[in-house]
Amino acid sequence: MPNTSFSPSIESRPTYAGLVPQGSAPSIMIADAEGAEAIMDLAERDAAVLDQAHLIYIPKGAKFGSKLAELGAKGYHEEASLDAAMALINRLLGSAHMGTQLYLAGSEGMMGRVSALALSLGLPLDAIQMEHRGSIGRPMQCVHCKGVTQDVTTDPFTCSHCGLTLFVRDHFSRRLGVFQAVCVDAETPGVVPEIQEITA
Amino acid sequence: MSKQMMLEVTEVEPLTPLVTRFRFEHPEKAPLPIFSGGAHVVVEMPDGEMLRRNAYSLISDPNDASGYEIAVRREETGRGGSRYMHSEVTPGTRMRISVPTNLFALDPRARKHVLIAGGIGITPFLSHLRQLDLLQQPFELHYAARSRDEAAGLKLLPKSARIHVQISDEGNRMDLGEILTDQPIGTHVYVCGPEGLISAVLDAAARHGWPKGALHSEAFASPPPGKPFTVTLAKSGRTIEVSASQSLLEALEAAKVEIDWSCRGGACGRCETKVAACDGQIEHNDHWLSRDERAEQKKIMPCMSRFTGAALVLDL
Ligand code: FES
Repeated sequence: MPNTSFSPSIESRPTYAGLVPQGSAPSIMIADAEGAEAIMDLAERDAAVLDQAHLIYIPKGAKFGSKLAELGAKGYHEEASLDAAMALINRLLGSAHMGTQLYLAGSEGMMGRVSALALSLGLPLDAIQMEHRGSIGRPMQCVHCKGVTQDVTTDPFTCSHCGLTLFVRDHFSRRLGVFQAVCVDAETPGVVPEIQEITA
Repeated sequence: MSKQMMLEVTEVEPLTPLVTRFRFEHPEKAPLPIFSGGAHVVVEMPDGEMLRRNAYSLISDPNDASGYEIAVRREETGRGGSRYMHSEVTPGTRMRISVPTNLFALDPRARKHVLIAGGIGITPFLSHLRQLDLLQQPFELHYAARSRDEAAGLKLLPKSARIHVQISDEGNRMDLGEILTDQPIGTHVYVCGPEGLISAVLDAAARHGWPKGALHSEAFASPPPGKPFTVTLAKSGRTIEVSASQSLLEALEAAKVEIDWSCRGGACGRCETKVAACDGQIEHNDHWLSRDERAEQKKIMPCMSRFTGAALVLDL
């Protein structure tokens, strides 16, 4: 499955250019689920990218772990969830030097959260390479209770924190790495449009 | 063109045999607009027939509204602006100065700032340093100059272990590879000085895998003199002569043709002008147009660029 191409939308809607090998430079690679395939494609184009790479993988039920481990990255770590991986990611990013390459591949939720962390550490956006693979579920922040619901695939959806019915917007916050969702029936409580699957 | 103020020169101090510091204050001591580190002003010089306008970085404290200070290096081969400042301007001279504009501000997202200056390119960093002091952010400054005569910054720089000076006449050279290695994540690099230094820093940074977004540069550009040439204005059919010591922008201004401008150094993009026809070669001296745009010869930046050839027609 190739990099997802999203249909044109408002400017804040991130698009992901896809990973381009930067040779044998110190690097941090983070992938979840089908994102593993993007890392394998990357290594196939230039195996040198793995020489000084720390690769972190969050399988989310996908079966690519053993293949990734065999690629030969300098360091390979598998984590049960993004939450569990954040401590390691924080440590690797925090001690990285300028010139370290950052490759992210997989879901928008993971890429949004990690890139927001990298930006908060002062890394410019053009230093972060991203490739979208797998589920098009979005990380949505409820603008009312501020809670984030992960992997949202329908519109509208129910906020997993406050229970409001929320409308999925393309408005993306780079600082938080999430999309913004607003109450769909604020003026006419209970009148909710038909639920639809989100498309890319 | 930005708003201007008539200010009075209150101090003229030679910093080195080549570089002089000028201080401007309001004649009635009214407060001046404060600015941010890296800002510049445009100074107007009525030089005989000609009205010259040169941009200079402010070197004084950005939060000090009592005056503006600049440092001017005497350029023997320039078009005459710096010679005018050195020979005609004395305490009491009144000059028209633009309000400050900043094309070289510190990046607010940076966690650490690495400042690299060459020669008179130290000037914008003098105001940066004051701002960094206030922000209490980590930084290092690397300052290279050919000789102590040129190194005007030496007199104005505070003593600090974070400030490194290299005088090439004394056999010291800047090691860019070392400066750009092992910098913590979130470091941004700022370089100001001659063209050669800027491209050396940008090339070395690219080799070390630095993202472009963390690199900031300001060329210390004043329009180079050159051979005289003629331009034609498409709408009025007028022809205008550009003399050897004049920029195209200055020649247009002298002919009362209104052109928008801000930096007068080929960096801001404000003076971009369409070329209606070009039979010859545009000497692009700006930092604004892309390589493709230069090759097409359909646009010119009159503040910096010149022309050689049979005919240049501007869409004016
Ligand atoms: S005035 Fe700024 S590019 Fe010409």
